[in-house]
Amino acid sequence: MKVARGELFAGRALLLGLMAITILPFISIFTTALHPAGTVPNGLEWPADAQWANFVEAFNVANMTALLGSSTFIVIAVVPVALVISTMAAFAIGLLRVPGSRLLLALFVFGLTLPFGGIIVPLYYLERAMGIYNTRLAIVLPLIALYMPFSVFWMRAHFVNMPSEISEAARVDGATIWDLFWRIHLPLARAPIASLGILMSVWTWNQFLLALVLVEDPTRRTMAGALGAFQGHYATDVPLLCAGTILILLPTLLIFVLFQRQIITALLQGSVKG
Amino acid sequence: MPSSSTTTSTVRSDNRPAASTLSRRIFPHRMVRREAIIGWLFVLPALLMYAAFVLLPLLLSIQYSFFRWDGIGPMSWVGLKNYATVMDDPDLLGTISNAFRLVMFFSFIPVTLGLVVASVIHRVATGRLGAVARTVLFLPQVIPLVAAGIIWGWLLALPGLINQILKAIGLDALTRAWLGDFDWALPAVGLIGVWVLLGFCTVLLLTGITKVDPALYESARIDGAGWLTEFVKITVPLLRQEIGVCLTVTTIAALAAFDIVYVSTAGGPGNSTAVPGIQIYILAFTEQRIGLASALAVMLMILVLAVILPIQRLSRETL
Repeated sequence: MKVARGELFAGRALLLGLMAITILPFISIFTTALHPAGTVPNGLEWPADAQWANFVEAFNVANMTALLGSSTFIVIAVVPVALVISTMAAFAIGLLRVPGSRLLLALFVFGLTLPFGGIIVPLYYLERAMGIYNTRLAIVLPLIALYMPFSVFWMRAHFVNMPSEISEAARVDGATIWDLFWRIHLPLARAPIASLGILMSVWTWNQFLLALVLVEDPTRRTMAGALGAFQGHYATDVPLLCAGTILILLPTLLIFVLFQRQIITALLQGSVKG
Repeated sequence: MPSSSTTTSTVRSDNRPAASTLSRRIFPHRMVRREAIIGWLFVLPALLMYAAFVLLPLLLSIQYSFFRWDGIGPMSWVGLKNYATVMDDPDLLGTISNAFRLVMFFSFIPVTLGLVVASVIHRVATGRLGAVARTVLFLPQVIPLVAAGIIWGWLLALPGLINQILKAIGLDALTRAWLGDFDWALPAVGLIGVWVLLGFCTVLLLTGITKVDPALYESARIDGAGWLTEFVKITVPLLRQEIGVCLTVTTIAALAAFDIVYVSTAGGPGNSTAVPGIQIYILAFTEQRIGLASALAVMLMILVLAVILPIQRLSRETL
Protein backbone atom coordinates (compact mmCIF):
# COMPACT_ATOMS: atom_id res chain seq x y z
CA MET A 1 0.00 0.00 0.00
CA LYS A 2 1.36 3.34 -0.97
CA VAL A 3 1.26 6.34 1.29
CA ALA A 4 2.98 9.59 0.42
CA ARG A 5 6.24 10.28 2.19
CA GLY A 6 5.05 13.58 3.67
CA GLU A 7 1.96 11.94 5.10
CA LEU A 8 4.02 9.10 6.53
CA PHE A 9 6.20 11.64 8.29
CA ALA A 10 3.31 13.76 9.59
CA GLY A 11 1.40 10.73 10.83
CA ARG A 12 4.34 9.27 12.68
CA ALA A 13 5.18 12.65 14.18
CA LEU A 14 1.63 12.90 15.49
CA LEU A 15 1.86 9.46 17.10
CA LEU A 16 5.23 10.16 18.68
CA GLY A 17 3.97 13.51 19.97
CA LEU A 18 0.89 11.97 21.59
CA MET A 19 2.98 9.19 23.10
CA ALA A 20 5.29 11.79 24.60
CA ILE A 21 2.33 13.70 26.08
CA THR A 22 1.00 10.46 27.56
CA ILE A 23 4.33 9.47 29.11
CA LEU A 24 5.51 12.88 30.30
CA PRO A 25 3.25 13.01 33.40
CA PHE A 26 4.67 9.68 34.60
CA ILE A 27 8.22 10.95 34.13
CA SER A 28 7.42 14.19 35.91
CA ILE A 29 6.10 12.52 39.06
CA PHE A 30 9.03 10.11 38.97
CA THR A 31 11.69 12.84 38.95
CA THR A 32 9.66 14.82 41.50
CA ALA A 33 9.50 11.81 43.80
CA LEU A 34 13.30 11.73 43.89
CA HIS A 35 13.67 15.26 45.30
CA PRO A 36 14.19 15.89 49.02
CA ALA A 37 10.93 15.54 50.94
CA GLY A 38 9.20 18.84 51.69
CA THR A 39 10.77 20.73 48.78
CA VAL A 40 8.91 22.04 45.74
CA PRO A 41 11.00 20.90 42.78
CA ASN A 42 10.81 21.81 39.11
CA GLY A 43 8.54 19.72 36.92
CA LEU A 44 11.08 17.64 35.03
CA GLU A 45 14.39 18.29 36.74
CA TRP A 46 16.58 15.34 37.71
CA PRO A 47 17.61 15.95 41.33
CA ALA A 48 21.25 16.64 42.23
CA ASP A 49 21.04 13.97 44.87
CA ALA A 50 18.34 11.41 44.10
CA GLN A 51 16.38 10.55 47.24
CA TRP A 52 15.50 6.92 46.60
CA ALA A 53 14.70 6.72 50.30
CA ASN A 54 11.50 8.69 49.58
CA PHE A 55 9.94 5.49 48.32
CA VAL A 56 10.81 3.72 51.56
CA GLU A 57 9.48 6.69 53.51
CA ALA A 58 6.22 6.73 51.52
CA PHE A 59 5.94 2.98 51.92
CA ASN A 60 6.14 3.39 55.69
CA VAL A 61 4.01 6.48 56.27
CA ALA A 62 1.28 5.15 53.98
CA ASN A 63 1.37 1.91 55.96
CA MET A 64 1.79 0.14 52.67
CA THR A 65 2.15 -3.35 54.10
CA ALA A 66 -1.31 -3.13 55.64
CA LEU A 67 -2.69 -1.56 52.46
CA LEU A 68 -1.32 -4.24 50.19
CA GLY A 69 -2.81 -6.85 52.50
CA SER A 70 -6.16 -5.10 52.60
CA SER A 71 -6.40 -4.58 48.84
CA THR A 72 -5.32 -8.12 48.14
CA PHE A 73 -7.92 -9.41 50.58
CA ILE A 74 -10.65 -7.37 48.92
CA VAL A 75 -9.64 -8.52 45.42
CA ILE A 76 -9.57 -12.16 46.54
CA ALA A 77 -12.94 -11.82 48.22
CA VAL A 78 -14.59 -10.06 45.28
CA VAL A 79 -13.26 -11.53 42.05
CA PRO A 80 -13.80 -15.32 42.43
CA VAL A 81 -17.32 -14.92 43.83
CA ALA A 82 -18.24 -12.40 41.14
CA LEU A 83 -16.81 -14.71 38.45
CA VAL A 84 -18.69 -17.77 39.67
CA ILE A 85 -22.11 -16.21 40.13
CA SER A 86 -22.00 -14.10 36.97
CA THR A 87 -20.86 -17.05 34.85
CA MET A 88 -23.66 -19.21 36.22
CA ALA A 89 -26.24 -16.50 35.57
CA ALA A 90 -24.90 -15.85 32.07
CA PHE A 91 -24.99 -19.60 31.35
CA ALA A 92 -28.65 -19.77 32.28
CA ILE A 93 -29.53 -16.59 30.40
CA GLY A 94 -27.41 -17.04 27.28
CA LEU A 95 -27.33 -20.79 26.83
CA LEU A 96 -30.20 -22.45 28.70
CA ARG A 97 -32.47 -19.49 27.87
CA VAL A 98 -34.54 -19.99 30.98
CA PRO A 99 -38.04 -18.52 30.82
CA GLY A 100 -37.78 -14.77 31.35
CA SER A 101 -34.15 -14.61 30.26
CA ARG A 102 -34.72 -11.58 28.02
CA LEU A 103 -36.19 -9.70 30.95
CA LEU A 104 -33.35 -10.79 33.22
CA LEU A 105 -30.78 -9.67 30.69
CA ALA A 106 -32.50 -6.30 30.32
CA LEU A 107 -32.51 -5.91 34.10
CA PHE A 108 -28.78 -6.56 34.33
CA VAL A 109 -27.94 -4.44 31.29
CA PHE A 110 -29.85 -1.53 32.79
CA GLY A 111 -27.25 -1.52 35.57
CA LEU A 112 -24.51 -0.71 33.03
CA THR A 113 -25.68 2.89 32.89
CA LEU A 114 -25.92 3.32 36.64
CA PRO A 115 -23.47 5.82 38.17
CA PHE A 116 -22.12 4.57 41.52
CA GLY A 117 -22.97 8.03 42.88
CA GLY A 118 -26.64 7.27 42.32
CA ILE A 119 -26.77 4.57 44.98
CA ILE A 120 -23.92 5.46 47.33
CA VAL A 121 -26.06 7.33 49.89
CA PRO A 122 -28.57 4.52 50.56
CA LEU A 123 -25.72 2.00 50.52
CA TYR A 124 -24.13 3.89 53.40
CA TYR A 125 -27.29 3.72 55.53
CA LEU A 126 -28.03 0.15 54.46
CA GLU A 127 -24.58 -0.99 55.56
CA ARG A 128 -24.83 0.87 58.87
CA ALA A 129 -28.09 -0.97 59.50
CA MET A 130 -26.49 -4.29 58.53
CA GLY A 131 -23.57 -3.61 60.85
CA ILE A 132 -20.93 -4.00 58.14
CA TYR A 133 -20.02 -0.32 57.80
CA ASN A 134 -16.26 0.25 58.16
CA THR A 135 -15.41 -3.39 57.52
CA ARG A 136 -13.91 -4.77 54.32
CA LEU A 137 -17.21 -6.49 53.68
CA ALA A 138 -18.67 -3.01 53.19
CA ILE A 139 -16.65 -2.75 49.98
CA VAL A 140 -16.73 -6.41 48.97
CA LEU A 141 -20.49 -7.02 48.86
CA PRO A 142 -21.57 -3.95 46.84
CA LEU A 143 -18.63 -4.38 44.46
CA ILE A 144 -19.66 -7.95 43.63
CA ALA A 145 -23.18 -6.67 42.98
CA LEU A 146 -22.02 -3.69 40.94
CA TYR A 147 -19.92 -5.96 38.69
CA MET A 148 -22.94 -8.13 37.81
CA PRO A 149 -24.21 -6.00 34.90
CA PHE A 150 -20.89 -5.98 33.03
CA SER A 151 -19.88 -9.53 33.85
CA VAL A 152 -23.25 -11.15 33.12
CA PHE A 153 -23.41 -9.18 29.88
CA TRP A 154 -19.86 -10.18 28.97
CA MET A 155 -20.16 -13.88 29.80
CA ARG A 156 -23.55 -14.08 28.10
CA ALA A 157 -21.93 -12.83 24.90
CA HIS A 158 -19.67 -15.86 25.11
CA PHE A 159 -22.42 -18.40 25.82
CA VAL A 160 -24.76 -17.02 23.17
CA ASN A 161 -22.11 -17.63 20.54
CA MET A 162 -21.53 -21.27 21.51
CA PRO A 163 -22.88 -23.61 18.83
CA SER A 164 -25.93 -25.43 20.20
CA GLU A 165 -24.64 -28.75 18.78
CA ILE A 166 -22.24 -29.02 21.72
CA SER A 167 -25.06 -28.90 24.25
CA GLU A 168 -27.30 -31.15 22.17
CA ALA A 169 -24.63 -33.82 21.89
CA ALA A 170 -24.08 -33.74 25.63
CA ARG A 171 -27.80 -34.00 26.30
CA VAL A 172 -28.08 -37.02 24.06
CA ASP A 173 -25.35 -38.62 26.14
CA GLY A 174 -27.49 -38.01 29.22
CA ALA A 175 -25.68 -35.08 30.79
CA THR A 176 -27.53 -33.15 33.49
CA ILE A 177 -27.62 -29.36 33.46
CA TRP A 178 -24.89 -29.30 36.07
CA ASP A 179 -22.69 -31.60 33.91
CA LEU A 180 -23.36 -29.37 30.96
CA PHE A 181 -22.18 -26.35 32.93
CA TRP A 182 -19.32 -27.82 34.92
CA ARG A 183 -17.85 -30.41 32.55
CA ILE A 184 -18.51 -28.92 29.14
CA HIS A 185 -19.11 -25.20 29.08
CA LEU A 186 -16.93 -24.01 31.94
CA PRO A 187 -13.71 -25.39 30.43
CA LEU A 188 -14.67 -23.85 27.08
CA ALA A 189 -15.20 -20.46 28.72
CA ARG A 190 -11.78 -20.28 30.33
CA ALA A 191 -10.49 -17.45 28.13
CA PRO A 192 -13.34 -14.96 28.65
CA ILE A 193 -13.44 -15.83 32.37
CA ALA A 194 -9.71 -15.12 32.68
CA SER A 195 -10.01 -11.75 30.93
CA LEU A 196 -12.96 -10.80 33.08
CA GLY A 197 -11.08 -11.81 36.22
CA ILE A 198 -8.07 -9.66 35.37
CA LEU A 199 -10.31 -6.72 34.55
CA MET A 200 -12.29 -6.97 37.77
CA SER A 201 -9.08 -7.24 39.79
CA VAL A 202 -7.81 -3.96 38.35
CA TRP A 203 -11.18 -2.24 38.84
CA THR A 204 -11.31 -3.43 42.45
CA TRP A 205 -7.79 -2.23 43.15
CA ASN A 206 -8.72 1.15 41.64
CA GLN A 207 -12.11 1.52 43.32
CA PHE A 208 -12.30 4.84 45.15
CA LEU A 209 -15.82 6.06 45.91
CA LEU A 210 -17.02 2.96 47.78
CA ALA A 211 -13.84 2.88 49.84
CA LEU A 212 -14.06 6.58 50.63
CA VAL A 213 -17.67 6.47 51.81
CA LEU A 214 -18.09 3.02 53.30
CA VAL A 215 -14.79 2.50 55.12
CA GLU A 216 -13.38 5.11 57.48
CA ASP A 217 -10.15 3.31 58.33
CA PRO A 218 -7.73 3.74 55.37
CA THR A 219 -5.92 0.51 56.20
CA ARG A 220 -9.11 -1.43 55.45
CA ARG A 221 -9.60 0.21 52.07
CA THR A 222 -8.58 -0.54 48.52
CA MET A 223 -5.32 0.92 47.23
CA ALA A 224 -7.01 3.81 45.44
CA GLY A 225 -9.15 4.60 48.48
CA ALA A 226 -6.06 4.71 50.66
CA LEU A 227 -4.33 6.98 48.18
CA GLY A 228 -7.15 9.48 48.73
CA ALA A 229 -6.42 9.48 52.46
CA PHE A 230 -2.69 9.71 51.83
CA GLN A 231 -3.25 12.76 49.65
CA GLY A 232 -5.24 14.37 52.45
CA HIS A 233 -2.28 14.06 54.82
CA TYR A 234 0.61 14.81 52.50
CA ALA A 235 -0.90 17.26 50.00
CA THR A 236 1.84 19.80 50.78
CA ASP A 237 4.77 17.40 50.62
CA VAL A 238 4.90 16.99 46.85
CA PRO A 239 7.88 14.59 46.54
CA LEU A 240 6.45 12.23 49.15
CA LEU A 241 2.98 12.39 47.57
CA CYS A 242 4.47 11.54 44.17
CA ALA A 243 6.46 8.65 45.65
CA GLY A 244 3.29 7.29 47.30
CA THR A 245 1.33 7.67 44.07
CA ILE A 246 3.97 5.73 42.14
CA LEU A 247 3.93 2.92 44.69
CA ILE A 248 0.17 2.64 44.44
CA LEU A 249 -0.10 2.72 40.65
CA LEU A 250 2.90 0.44 40.06
CA PRO A 251 1.00 -2.84 40.63
CA THR A 252 -1.67 -1.83 38.09
CA LEU A 253 0.96 -0.95 35.49
CA LEU A 254 2.68 -4.27 36.17
CA ILE A 255 -0.54 -6.22 35.71
CA PHE A 256 -1.25 -4.29 32.53
CA VAL A 257 2.17 -5.05 31.06
CA LEU A 258 1.82 -8.74 31.94
CA PHE A 259 -1.76 -9.19 30.77
CA GLN A 260 -2.01 -6.46 28.18
CA ARG A 261 -3.68 -8.57 25.55
CA GLN A 262 -6.39 -9.93 27.86
CA ILE A 263 -7.15 -6.55 29.41
CA ILE A 264 -7.52 -4.79 26.09
CA THR A 265 -9.61 -7.51 24.47
CA ALA A 266 -11.78 -7.87 27.56
CA LEU A 267 -12.50 -4.16 27.73
CA LEU A 268 -13.15 -3.88 24.04
CA GLN A 269 -15.13 -7.01 23.35
CA GLY A 270 -17.16 -6.27 26.44
CA SER A 271 -18.16 -3.02 24.87
CA VAL A 272 -18.79 -4.15 21.32
CA LYS A 273 -20.38 -7.56 21.57
CA GLY A 274 -24.04 -7.59 22.13
CA MET B 1 -14.60 4.88 36.03
CA PRO B 2 -13.83 1.39 34.91
CA SER B 3 -17.02 0.18 36.39
CA SER B 4 -18.77 2.41 33.99
CA SER B 5 -16.76 0.90 31.19
CA THR B 6 -20.01 -0.05 29.82
CA THR B 7 -21.53 -0.62 26.69
CA THR B 8 -24.09 -1.20 24.14
CA SER B 9 -27.07 -1.70 26.24
CA THR B 10 -29.69 -2.86 23.86
CA VAL B 11 -30.82 -6.40 24.02
CA ARG B 12 -30.62 -7.72 20.53
CA SER B 13 -32.24 -10.82 19.32
CA ASP B 14 -29.78 -13.28 17.93
CA ASN B 15 -30.15 -15.10 14.69
CA ARG B 16 -31.29 -18.18 16.44
CA PRO B 17 -34.50 -20.03 17.12
CA ALA B 18 -36.65 -18.54 19.86
CA ALA B 19 -35.76 -19.50 23.39
CA SER B 20 -38.54 -22.00 23.84
CA THR B 21 -37.85 -23.95 20.68
CA LEU B 22 -34.19 -24.12 21.45
CA SER B 23 -34.58 -25.33 25.00
CA ARG B 24 -37.05 -27.89 23.75
CA ARG B 25 -34.49 -29.06 21.28
CA ILE B 26 -31.83 -29.37 23.92
CA PHE B 27 -34.13 -30.65 26.63
CA PRO B 28 -36.84 -33.26 26.13
CA HIS B 29 -40.30 -31.73 26.47
CA ARG B 30 -41.37 -33.34 29.73
CA MET B 31 -38.29 -32.11 31.53
CA VAL B 32 -38.59 -28.47 30.54
CA ARG B 33 -40.33 -27.36 33.70
CA ARG B 34 -37.91 -28.98 36.14
CA GLU B 35 -34.93 -27.79 34.17
CA ALA B 36 -36.31 -24.28 34.00
CA ILE B 37 -36.31 -24.26 37.79
CA ILE B 38 -32.71 -25.48 37.87
CA GLY B 39 -31.86 -22.80 35.32
CA TRP B 40 -33.36 -20.16 37.56
CA LEU B 41 -31.28 -21.48 40.46
CA PHE B 42 -28.21 -20.67 38.33
CA VAL B 43 -29.34 -17.07 38.00
CA LEU B 44 -30.40 -16.69 41.61
CA PRO B 45 -27.11 -15.86 43.40
CA ALA B 46 -26.22 -13.11 40.91
CA LEU B 47 -29.77 -11.80 40.95
CA LEU B 48 -29.94 -11.71 44.75
CA MET B 49 -26.65 -9.84 45.09
CA TYR B 50 -27.69 -7.40 42.38
CA ALA B 51 -31.09 -6.89 43.98
CA ALA B 52 -29.74 -6.39 47.49
CA PHE B 53 -26.82 -4.07 46.76
CA VAL B 54 -27.85 -2.30 43.55
CA LEU B 55 -31.60 -2.40 42.96
CA LEU B 56 -32.62 -1.95 46.60
CA PRO B 57 -30.36 1.09 47.11
CA LEU B 58 -31.69 2.45 43.83
CA LEU B 59 -35.27 2.25 45.13
CA LEU B 60 -34.17 3.70 48.47
CA SER B 61 -32.60 6.64 46.62
CA ILE B 62 -35.97 7.31 45.00
CA GLN B 63 -37.71 6.98 48.36
CA TYR B 64 -35.28 9.29 50.22
CA SER B 65 -35.68 11.90 47.50
CA PHE B 66 -39.25 12.59 48.64
CA PHE B 67 -38.27 13.22 52.27
CA ARG B 68 -36.38 15.71 54.34
CA TRP B 69 -33.89 13.72 56.43
CA ASP B 70 -30.68 14.47 58.29
CA GLY B 71 -29.66 10.80 58.42
CA ILE B 72 -30.40 10.42 62.14
CA GLY B 73 -33.77 11.88 63.13
CA PRO B 74 -37.20 11.05 61.70
CA MET B 75 -37.88 11.48 57.99
CA SER B 76 -40.52 13.96 56.96
CA TRP B 77 -42.40 13.78 53.67
CA VAL B 78 -41.85 16.80 51.44
CA GLY B 79 -43.16 15.53 48.10
CA LEU B 80 -41.33 16.99 45.12
CA LYS B 81 -39.79 19.84 47.09
CA ASN B 82 -36.24 18.44 46.90
CA TYR B 83 -36.49 18.30 43.11
CA ALA B 84 -37.78 21.88 43.06
CA THR B 85 -34.79 22.92 45.19
CA VAL B 86 -32.36 21.32 42.73
CA MET B 87 -34.04 23.15 39.85
CA ASP B 88 -34.07 26.50 41.69
CA ASP B 89 -30.66 26.53 43.32
CA PRO B 90 -28.12 27.78 40.75
CA ASP B 91 -25.32 25.94 42.60
CA LEU B 92 -27.11 22.60 42.34
CA LEU B 93 -28.36 23.08 38.80
CA GLY B 94 -24.85 24.31 37.95
CA THR B 95 -23.45 20.85 38.73
CA ILE B 96 -25.55 19.46 35.90
CA SER B 97 -24.36 22.08 33.41
CA ASN B 98 -20.79 21.42 34.58
CA ALA B 99 -21.36 17.73 33.87
CA PHE B 100 -22.40 18.58 30.32
CA ARG B 101 -19.35 20.78 29.84
CA LEU B 102 -17.23 17.84 30.99
CA VAL B 103 -18.88 15.68 28.29
CA MET B 104 -17.14 17.91 25.72
CA PHE B 105 -13.77 16.99 27.19
CA PHE B 106 -14.32 13.42 28.34
CA SER B 107 -16.32 12.35 25.31
CA PHE B 108 -16.20 14.59 22.27
CA ILE B 109 -12.46 15.27 22.23
CA PRO B 110 -11.24 11.71 23.00
CA VAL B 111 -13.62 10.19 20.45
CA THR B 112 -12.71 12.67 17.69
CA LEU B 113 -8.99 12.55 18.41
CA GLY B 114 -9.19 8.78 18.87
CA LEU B 115 -10.72 8.43 15.40
CA VAL B 116 -7.92 10.48 13.89
CA VAL B 117 -5.20 8.58 15.77
CA ALA B 118 -6.69 5.19 14.97
CA SER B 119 -6.91 5.99 11.28
CA VAL B 120 -3.36 7.35 11.31
CA ILE B 121 -2.08 4.18 12.97
CA HIS B 122 -3.98 2.12 10.43
CA ARG B 123 -2.51 4.09 7.52
CA VAL B 124 1.09 4.83 8.42
CA ALA B 125 2.03 2.66 11.40
CA THR B 126 0.79 -0.87 10.96
CA GLY B 127 3.99 -2.35 12.37
CA ARG B 128 5.87 -2.02 15.62
CA LEU B 129 5.23 1.72 16.03
CA GLY B 130 1.49 1.20 15.90
CA ALA B 131 1.60 -1.56 18.52
CA VAL B 132 3.77 0.53 20.84
CA ALA B 133 1.56 3.59 20.36
CA ARG B 134 -1.50 1.53 21.23
CA THR B 135 0.05 0.26 24.44
CA VAL B 136 1.43 3.61 25.53
CA LEU B 137 -1.77 5.53 24.87
CA PHE B 138 -3.70 2.92 26.82
CA LEU B 139 -1.54 3.20 29.98
CA PRO B 140 -3.54 6.00 31.67
CA GLN B 141 -6.64 3.83 31.42
CA VAL B 142 -5.31 1.17 33.80
CA ILE B 143 -4.03 3.32 36.66
CA PRO B 144 -6.44 4.42 39.40
CA LEU B 145 -8.30 7.61 38.44
CA VAL B 146 -7.29 8.95 41.83
CA ALA B 147 -3.66 8.60 40.80
CA ALA B 148 -4.41 10.39 37.51
CA GLY B 149 -5.99 13.20 39.53
CA ILE B 150 -2.98 13.50 41.85
CA ILE B 151 -0.47 13.38 38.99
CA TRP B 152 -2.23 16.14 37.09
CA GLY B 153 -2.89 18.11 40.24
CA TRP B 154 0.87 18.43 40.47
CA LEU B 155 1.48 19.03 36.73
CA LEU B 156 -1.12 21.82 36.66
CA ALA B 157 0.06 23.45 39.89
CA LEU B 158 1.82 26.81 39.84
CA PRO B 159 5.35 25.32 39.92
CA GLY B 160 4.25 22.29 37.86
CA LEU B 161 5.36 21.07 34.46
CA ILE B 162 2.66 22.77 32.37
CA ASN B 163 3.61 26.24 33.57
CA GLN B 164 7.29 25.46 33.13
CA ILE B 165 6.73 24.46 29.55
CA LEU B 166 4.78 27.66 28.96
CA LYS B 167 7.63 29.69 30.45
CA ALA B 168 10.20 27.85 28.39
CA ILE B 169 8.42 28.81 25.17
CA GLY B 170 8.01 32.43 26.30
CA LEU B 171 4.34 32.34 27.27
CA ASP B 172 4.92 33.47 30.85
CA ALA B 173 1.76 35.57 30.73
CA LEU B 174 -0.38 32.44 30.50
CA THR B 175 0.98 30.67 33.57
CA ARG B 176 -1.42 30.26 36.47
CA ALA B 177 -2.60 27.74 39.04
CA TRP B 178 -4.85 26.06 36.52
CA LEU B 179 -6.98 24.08 38.94
CA GLY B 180 -7.47 27.09 41.21
CA ASP B 181 -8.65 29.40 38.44
CA PHE B 182 -12.38 30.03 38.13
CA ASP B 183 -12.31 30.05 34.33
CA TRP B 184 -9.71 27.38 33.72
CA ALA B 185 -10.36 24.77 36.40
CA LEU B 186 -13.07 22.95 34.46
CA PRO B 187 -11.16 22.71 31.16
CA ALA B 188 -8.12 21.63 33.20
CA VAL B 189 -10.12 18.80 34.80
CA GLY B 190 -11.40 17.99 31.32
CA LEU B 191 -7.84 17.70 30.07
CA ILE B 192 -7.20 14.98 32.67
CA GLY B 193 -10.18 13.15 31.21
CA VAL B 194 -8.77 13.44 27.69
CA TRP B 195 -5.48 11.98 28.91
CA VAL B 196 -7.25 9.05 30.57
CA LEU B 197 -9.78 8.24 27.84
CA LEU B 198 -7.91 8.87 24.58
CA GLY B 199 -6.21 5.45 24.66
CA PHE B 200 -9.44 3.60 25.31
CA CYS B 201 -11.14 5.29 22.34
CA THR B 202 -8.14 4.82 20.06
CA VAL B 203 -7.81 1.12 20.76
CA LEU B 204 -11.52 0.45 20.45
CA LEU B 205 -11.79 2.36 17.17
CA LEU B 206 -8.67 0.67 15.85
CA THR B 207 -10.18 -2.78 16.37
CA GLY B 208 -13.18 -1.47 14.46
CA ILE B 209 -11.01 -0.34 11.55
CA THR B 210 -9.23 -3.68 11.33
CA LYS B 211 -12.63 -5.34 10.89
CA VAL B 212 -13.41 -3.21 7.84
CA ASP B 213 -12.83 -5.04 4.57
CA PRO B 214 -9.24 -4.11 3.57
CA ALA B 215 -10.29 -4.15 -0.09
CA LEU B 216 -12.26 -0.95 0.55
CA TYR B 217 -9.16 0.88 1.70
CA GLU B 218 -7.03 -0.62 -1.04
CA SER B 219 -9.34 0.40 -3.85
CA ALA B 220 -9.62 3.87 -2.34
CA ARG B 221 -5.86 4.16 -2.36
CA ILE B 222 -5.58 2.89 -5.90
CA ASP B 223 -7.95 5.71 -6.80
CA GLY B 224 -5.48 8.03 -5.10
CA ALA B 225 -7.61 8.88 -2.06
CA GLY B 226 -5.76 10.86 0.58
CA TRP B 227 -6.01 10.41 4.33
CA LEU B 228 -8.90 12.86 4.66
CA THR B 229 -11.03 11.31 1.93
CA GLU B 230 -10.44 7.85 3.32
CA PHE B 231 -11.28 9.13 6.81
CA VAL B 232 -14.52 10.85 5.85
CA LYS B 233 -15.76 8.35 3.24
CA ILE B 234 -14.77 5.02 4.78
CA THR B 235 -13.57 5.13 8.37
CA VAL B 236 -16.20 7.33 10.00
CA PRO B 237 -19.31 5.86 8.32
CA LEU B 238 -18.27 2.23 8.78
CA LEU B 239 -17.31 2.71 12.42
CA ARG B 240 -20.73 3.93 13.49
CA GLN B 241 -21.20 1.18 16.02
CA GLU B 242 -17.75 1.58 17.58
CA ILE B 243 -18.15 5.35 17.69
CA GLY B 244 -21.47 4.80 19.45
CA VAL B 245 -19.84 2.56 22.05
CA CYS B 246 -17.04 5.09 22.60
CA LEU B 247 -19.54 7.93 23.02
CA THR B 248 -21.60 5.84 25.43
CA VAL B 249 -18.71 4.83 27.66
CA THR B 250 -17.07 8.26 27.75
CA THR B 251 -20.34 10.14 28.25
CA ILE B 252 -21.19 7.97 31.25
CA ALA B 253 -17.65 8.59 32.53
CA ALA B 254 -18.22 12.35 32.23
CA LEU B 255 -21.70 12.49 33.76
CA ALA B 256 -20.74 10.11 36.58
CA ALA B 257 -17.31 11.69 37.18
CA PHE B 258 -16.18 11.65 40.78
CA ASP B 259 -12.65 10.38 41.48
CA ILE B 260 -10.70 12.79 39.27
CA VAL B 261 -12.68 15.84 40.38
CA TYR B 262 -12.57 14.88 44.05
CA VAL B 263 -8.78 14.64 44.22
CA SER B 264 -7.87 17.43 41.80
CA THR B 265 -10.29 20.25 42.79
CA ALA B 266 -12.95 18.81 45.14
CA GLY B 267 -15.43 20.85 43.10
CA GLY B 268 -13.69 24.20 43.54
CA PRO B 269 -12.76 26.91 43.21
CA GLY B 270 -16.19 28.04 44.30
CA ASN B 271 -18.48 25.61 42.51
CA SER B 272 -16.73 25.91 39.19
CA THR B 273 -15.92 22.18 38.85
CA ALA B 274 -18.68 20.75 41.06
CA VAL B 275 -20.34 17.85 39.24
CA PRO B 276 -23.38 15.89 40.46
CA GLY B 277 -21.24 13.07 41.95
CA ILE B 278 -19.28 15.54 44.08
CA GLN B 279 -22.38 17.49 45.08
CA ILE B 280 -24.21 14.31 46.15
CA TYR B 281 -21.23 13.41 48.33
CA ILE B 282 -21.08 16.87 49.92
CA LEU B 283 -24.84 17.15 50.47
CA ALA B 284 -25.12 13.71 52.01
CA PHE B 285 -21.94 13.35 54.01
CA THR B 286 -20.93 16.86 55.07
CA GLU B 287 -24.27 18.71 55.08
CA GLN B 288 -26.47 15.79 56.13
CA ARG B 289 -29.18 16.71 53.62
CA ILE B 290 -29.97 13.17 52.56
CA GLY B 291 -33.24 13.94 50.78
CA LEU B 292 -31.72 16.63 48.62
CA ALA B 293 -28.67 14.49 47.84
CA SER B 294 -30.98 11.67 46.78
CA ALA B 295 -33.06 13.92 44.54
CA LEU B 296 -29.88 14.97 42.76
CA ALA B 297 -28.83 11.31 42.55
CA VAL B 298 -32.14 10.32 40.94
CA MET B 299 -31.87 13.20 38.49
CA LEU B 300 -28.32 12.11 37.63
CA MET B 301 -29.47 8.56 36.89
CA ILE B 302 -32.34 9.77 34.71
CA LEU B 303 -29.98 12.15 32.95
CA VAL B 304 -27.53 9.37 32.09
CA LEU B 305 -30.33 7.23 30.64
CA ALA B 306 -31.76 10.19 28.72
CA VAL B 307 -28.40 10.89 27.10
CA ILE B 308 -27.34 7.29 26.48
CA LEU B 309 -30.51 5.93 24.87
CA PRO B 310 -30.47 8.29 21.84
CA ILE B 311 -26.75 7.62 21.28
CA GLN B 312 -27.50 3.90 21.28
CA ARG B 313 -30.37 4.32 18.86
CA LEU B 314 -28.41 6.53 16.46
CA SER B 315 -25.34 4.32 16.35
CA ARG B 316 -27.42 1.25 15.55
CA GLU B 317 -29.45 2.74 12.73
CA THR B 318 -28.39 1.46 9.38
CA LEU B 319 -27.30 3.98 6.81
